[in-house]
Amino acid sequence: MTGKAQTANGADPMIEVVGLKKSFGALHVLKDINLSVPRGHVVAMIGPSGSGKSTLLRSLNLLSLPDAGCITIGGHRMDFSMGRVSMRDRDLAAFRAGTGMVFQNFNLFPHMSVIDNVMIGPVSVLKQDKATARAQATELLAKVGLAARADARPEQLSGGQKQRVAIARALAMKPEVMLFDEATSALDPALVGEVLAVIRQLAEQGMTMILVTHEMAFARDVADTVIFMQDGFVVETGDARQVINEPREAATRDFLSHFHGGLS
Amino acid sequence: MDYQWDFSGLWQYRGLFLQGLAYTIGFTILTIVSGIVVGTVFALARLSGWKIVTIPIMVVVELFRCTPVLVQLVWCYYALPMLIGIEIAPATAAFITLTMYGAAFYAEIVRGGIVSIDAGQWDAGRAIGMRRGQLMAKIILPQALRRMVPPLVNQSVLQLKNTSLLSVLAVPDLLYQGQLVTSAIYRPLETYTLIAFIYLAVLFPTTRLAHWLEGRRT
Repeated sequence: MTGKAQTANGADPMIEVVGLKKSFGALHVLKDINLSVPRGHVVAMIGPSGSGKSTLLRSLNLLSLPDAGCITIGGHRMDFSMGRVSMRDRDLAAFRAGTGMVFQNFNLFPHMSVIDNVMIGPVSVLKQDKATARAQATELLAKVGLAARADARPEQLSGGQKQRVAIARALAMKPEVMLFDEATSALDPALVGEVLAVIRQLAEQGMTMILVTHEMAFARDVADTVIFMQDGFVVETGDARQVINEPREAATRDFLSHFHGGLS
Repeated sequence: MDYQWDFSGLWQYRGLFLQGLAYTIGFTILTIVSGIVVGTVFALARLSGWKIVTIPIMVVVELFRCTPVLVQLVWCYYALPMLIGIEIAPATAAFITLTMYGAAFYAEIVRGGIVSIDAGQWDAGRAIGMRRGQLMAKIILPQALRRMVPPLVNQSVLQLKNTSLLSVLAVPDLLYQGQLVTSAIYRPLETYTLIAFIYLAVLFPTTRLAHWLEGRRT
């Protein structure tokens, strides 16, 4: 049972991206990206490095501000069609708060205990009282299998444990959407499974998610849709099994040919 | 070398030395606090990236970093009143100069500490919806502060030693009192030896304490 069970028929888009463009100087990283993700859908973004998939993910959370286009997440709209207007910090923060993000390098706050890492969002952004936030954080840590490590420091954890704390920290904000930016790429192969298990569990609970990943078998099994990106364009998008097993585009086929080992 | 060292005459002036020490320590603490406050404001303003504030601040910082404190003190006391038309008391001139001199160095320490924090920390804070000020106060500064402790202590030790220059403006710090005592008992060697020991007695435990604090926090 995967996120596919909750797949709607596209009538209720949770994420809508129209005409998104982004350049770093003369380098056009995203060239007119259009994307629609229904509520409860899991999307895996694959593609070679430098294809723009991480920039797209960061743009969805406004960590990287687009130059043009429009992003709507859960009914909240950010319009960049007037060009690069300087957005107010308050509006950016409010938009980001509704979306959880998990990074390749975990980015836990090293000066705080595990449970404080999970509590800080609800306490300082949502203004929750500490007792409520603590109870919720304890619950989330149990959910990712780390209830016993609540008082540990991030540096005492393994990579897989750190990433599970990072997931709990993102979930503490009760996001409508979770974004994973190569969440398992920095992990020892032996630790990848425990993080993927948590992501799979979220998919089963109907969380809308976009994952940038190199785990092709995982993308095929857990995602509803796979998007293949190259050179700042979406080259192919379709049903996960179809894109991974029988890609239509030559570029997708060529890219996937490097992963046969991981697809068994 | 058959100089007869005689410290006995100094004891009667213990009150003066203590008063001088109080001035020295008082000025040091005041200008460390004001210097760090002004320096932090400079650092944050520079990090804002707005040229309209960053350029004037860089000019001020370089002006104070690249001229001797003694020159700054004298200039601030004699020349600045001519420019602004307001007479400045020696202690005020000394306070302004040491604050700005300290701020110029503290600003670079604070800025360096902040920019040394990994960009991923900013990303992570932003991703949970924290605003710039919150992120700075709860995520970035607490981590940067730890890295800033050793250079801040170094600079503050210098700050204490720099207060000895206040004597040129007749601010009655430790060194100035020493000069008074010298002119009274004609025992400069003993007086300055004693003064050196007093500075050492204050600073050595301070640096040890800082060292211990630093080791404990990491």
